[in-house]
This record gives sequence, C-alpha cells and structure tokens, in this order.
Amino acid sequence: MTFLSQALALQIKNLHKSYRSIHALRGINLEIKRGELLALLGPNGAGKTTTIRIISGLTDPDAGEIFFFGHNFKEKKGKFKRLLGLVPQQINLDLELTVMENLIIHGLLFDMNYQEIKAKAEELLHLAELSDRKKAKVKELSGGMRRRLLIVRALLHSPKLLLLDEPTVGLDPHIRRKMWHFIKQIQEKGTSILLTTHYMEEAEYLANRVAFIFNGKILKVGEPSTLVKQIGEYALDVYQNEKVKSFYFQNRQSMEEKILELTKAGFSLAVRRVTLEDVFLKLLEEN
Amino acid sequence: MKGFLAVYLRELLILRNRFFRVLLSFSVNPFLYILAFGLGLGKGLTVQGVSYLEFLIPGLMSATSMLQAFAINVELNVARFYLKIYEEFKASPVNSFALALGEILFGVTRAFISILIILLIALLARIKMNLNLEFFLFLFLNAFFFASLGLTSAMLIKTHGDQTLITNFIITPMMFLGGTFFPLENAPTLIRPLLEILPLTLVSKNVRAIALYGTYQITDLVLLFFLALAGFLLSLYSLKKETLE
Repeated sequence: MTFLSQALALQIKNLHKSYRSIHALRGINLEIKRGELLALLGPNGAGKTTTIRIISGLTDPDAGEIFFFGHNFKEKKGKFKRLLGLVPQQINLDLELTVMENLIIHGLLFDMNYQEIKAKAEELLHLAELSDRKKAKVKELSGGMRRRLLIVRALLHSPKLLLLDEPTVGLDPHIRRKMWHFIKQIQEKGTSILLTTHYMEEAEYLANRVAFIFNGKILKVGEPSTLVKQIGEYALDVYQNEKVKSFYFQNRQSMEEKILELTKAGFSLAVRRVTLEDVFLKLLEEN
Repeated sequence: MKGFLAVYLRELLILRNRFFRVLLSFSVNPFLYILAFGLGLGKGLTVQGVSYLEFLIPGLMSATSMLQAFAINVELNVARFYLKIYEEFKASPVNSFALALGEILFGVTRAFISILIILLIALLARIKMNLNLEFFLFLFLNAFFFASLGLTSAMLIKTHGDQTLITNFIITPMMFLGGTFFPLENAPTLIRPLLEILPLTLVSKNVRAIALYGTYQITDLVLLFFLALAGFLLSLYSLKKETLE
C-alpha cells in the first residue's frame, strides 16, 4: 500500500463530539508520526476514550476529520480498520473460550487464514509470555494476563497503528512494569502507538511525546523531557495548613535561596525532580 | 467469508462448551408440552382425524424452532451490553452482511438442534411422520425469519428489560396462537383472520400437512421465503445502524 509511505501515521483535525449536553471533545487536533508512541494524558472524563472510540470507528464524530497515512478514514473505513489494532479499556475477550480460540476468531475477523493466525499467535504469545497458557480458558487467566492477551489480539493482524486505551488500569505495580516492557518491545518493532493513560509515570516511561487533554481540549503536546524542562528541573513543595504549593526552579542555586527563605519562615518543605504531573497541574492552573 | 466464519465459529465454540446443558434445556420445554398437552390433556383425543399427539408434534417443532432461533437475542444482548464483544466486531473490517449471516445461521443451528430433539421424542413415542425436503425447508425458513427478528431486536433495544417485553408481547402469544396446540378452525371467528396471517401459523399448518398428509401450499413456501428475506434485510439495517457501517 503506497500510502503507508506517509510520515504521519495518524492526523486528527478539529474533532468534535457531544453526548446530549456534554461536550466530550471540543476541537481536538493531534498527529502521530510513524513509529512514534504518543501518550494522551488526562484525568477521567477528559475525552481520552471518546478520542480512541472515534479513531477506531466505534463512534462517529459530530465534526472533524481523521487521516491514516494521509488518507481520509471516512472514505474507506473497512480498509483502514485493517491498519488499526484496538485495545479497549474494558476486557472484551470471550471468557468461555481458550486463549487460542479468541485469537482464531480475531484473525478470521481480519481475513487471516488459519496458518497465518497460528504462526503470528505463537510469536506474539511468546513475546507476551503467554505461550504456556494458549490452551487455557480466558476466565482462568489473571487480570494482567488478560490485559496482555488483549494486546496480543490487537497485534495479531499486524496493525500499523495500535490504540491502547488505559492498558494498565487496575493492575499491580509490578505487573504494570511488565506491561510497559511489553509495550516498549512492540514499539521497537516499528508499530505506531496511541496510548491513553492517567498515570503520568507511564507516559514518562513510554512516550516519545505526550498530549495533555482536559475537558475535551488538548492543552499541550511535546516531548516529556522538553515539557518538564519548560517549567524547571527542581520542584519545591511547601506545606502549610494541609495545603501544598509547588515552586519550580531551573537550577539548584535559585532553589536553595528559596529554601533558606522559607525555612526561616518556618514552613515544611520537600525537594524533588519536576515530573509530568507538575506540567499537567501547571497547565490546569493556567487553563 | 472469513468474517461470517468468525462469527458463526465463535457461537459454535460457545455452544460446544455448554453442549450438554444446552441439550438438557432445549429438551425440557418440548418434553413438558408433550407430557402435559399430548399425553395428559390430549389423551384419547382426536384432532383432524389423527391422535392429538400426532397433531401436536409438528406444531411443536415449528414453535420450538421459532423460540430457539429467536432466543439468540439473549446471548447477543450479553455479548453487546455485558461482554462488549460487539465492540470487537465493530472495530474489525467484517461487514454487516457477514455478521448478520453468522448470527442468523447460528440461530438456525439452535433451532435444528431443538427440532432433532423433538424428532427423537416422536420416534420414541412411535409417531409416524412424512419427512421430506419441504418439511425441513419450511422449518429452515421459519428459523431464519425468527433468528433475523432476534438479531434485529437485540440490536435495536436499549436494555435487557426491553428484550423481555418483545418476547412477552410477540413471541409467547405467537407460540400459543400460531396453530401449535389447536386447529385454527376452533378459534373465535373474530380473531381467526388475524391468527391465520401469523408467520408461525403459516409454518405450523404446512409442516403439519406435510408430516401427516404429505401436502403443502407452494404459495406459503414462497411467502415464507420473502418473509425470511425481509427479516434478513431488517436485521442487516439494524446491524448497519449499530456498527456505524
């Protein structure tokens, strides 16, 4: 397919969506470069899942356009769906069926033949450390295994763009780390990824770029390190009357002067590195 | 083709996992009807020149195939509202035609399992019936039509509760008034024309005529074919609406 040579895997222009009186999306613009992992960061209800649902064709937008590799999604929905792999927030596997049976059904839905499905499933299950569970029923798998299986299923038909809607929500920290490692491996194989999350550290670890979304609007897009540097390197948290106020500093010297001043005034202080969470909180203040 | 296979295979695999439970549940209703109406109430009774049990069995096959075909709506509701399996279908390139055909033919499969159970019971009860291609064709089209309606209703309803309403107001009355348990000649004159045009009546009277006398109305077969086609188109429309195709 010649259009795959386009530099942008996904381009979203001015996406709007309302559910009755609720404006879920208010003119979203986003771009994902080929091979890039973009994290869409925001709190619950910010519009992350709505964006994913529209991109994957599960919901129609009220206005706006979506382009895959330079081509309008609306024109050949069926064709473009083959290029997408969707990992929904809710686990929608067939619990009564085995791991392999779930993958066979998915493969057939995406027009693969049995030999292709079997070969690809073996490869991906190995990558996801699920090879020994392929004959197990999904209801016998742990939460973390089910989440990994969802990703395996979405990758089975070799999509060019993977949509991960909060793939680690509800997982134990050590299982989440394992998922991150798995997602990194997928990205290293060249798949472009759009990941939604409200875990800042997840975005910081995985993403090439992050887009902050709040109240249906994109507040800022950029590389995590650049966004962090824009507000400073060090954060100083000042505690007073059960409230916390953070100050940001580009260098240690200016921070030390402030520490001295606040210590004399009797405040409790904590020093740390600036994170994406600080960037997000600052953006919320500004907006 | 592979999309159709995916949908049909998924349903078959689920059925395989519950096969004995399904067989048991499919057997209970016809067995009870035969016991209560055929052997209990209808003992020694003659209807249209045959024993009541001989009269009942073909009607019961028609009604049970209708019920089992329509009942795909329950599983479809679970798949749609609870398991969110339809999100997986919607996100795939499979088209509504393949999706509808897969689900409806599974409904037909369910119907034929129930038909085979009743045939077995009839065999054990030594009921003699003429079984030919047209006999099964009527039952096939009947199951196809009601499975289409089951799929349509599953896609259009908003809650599980709505589904029960449709079953209570359409399917259950049809079961009792569509020529299953009594000849329509016995029905009150005022409502008889209404009962005559019920899709199930069309099937039960012809299936019974074939089983008992080896005859049927070709016009009814043609009419049933067009009903099944209309049902399929309706289900296709409802699926297209649901999957945003």
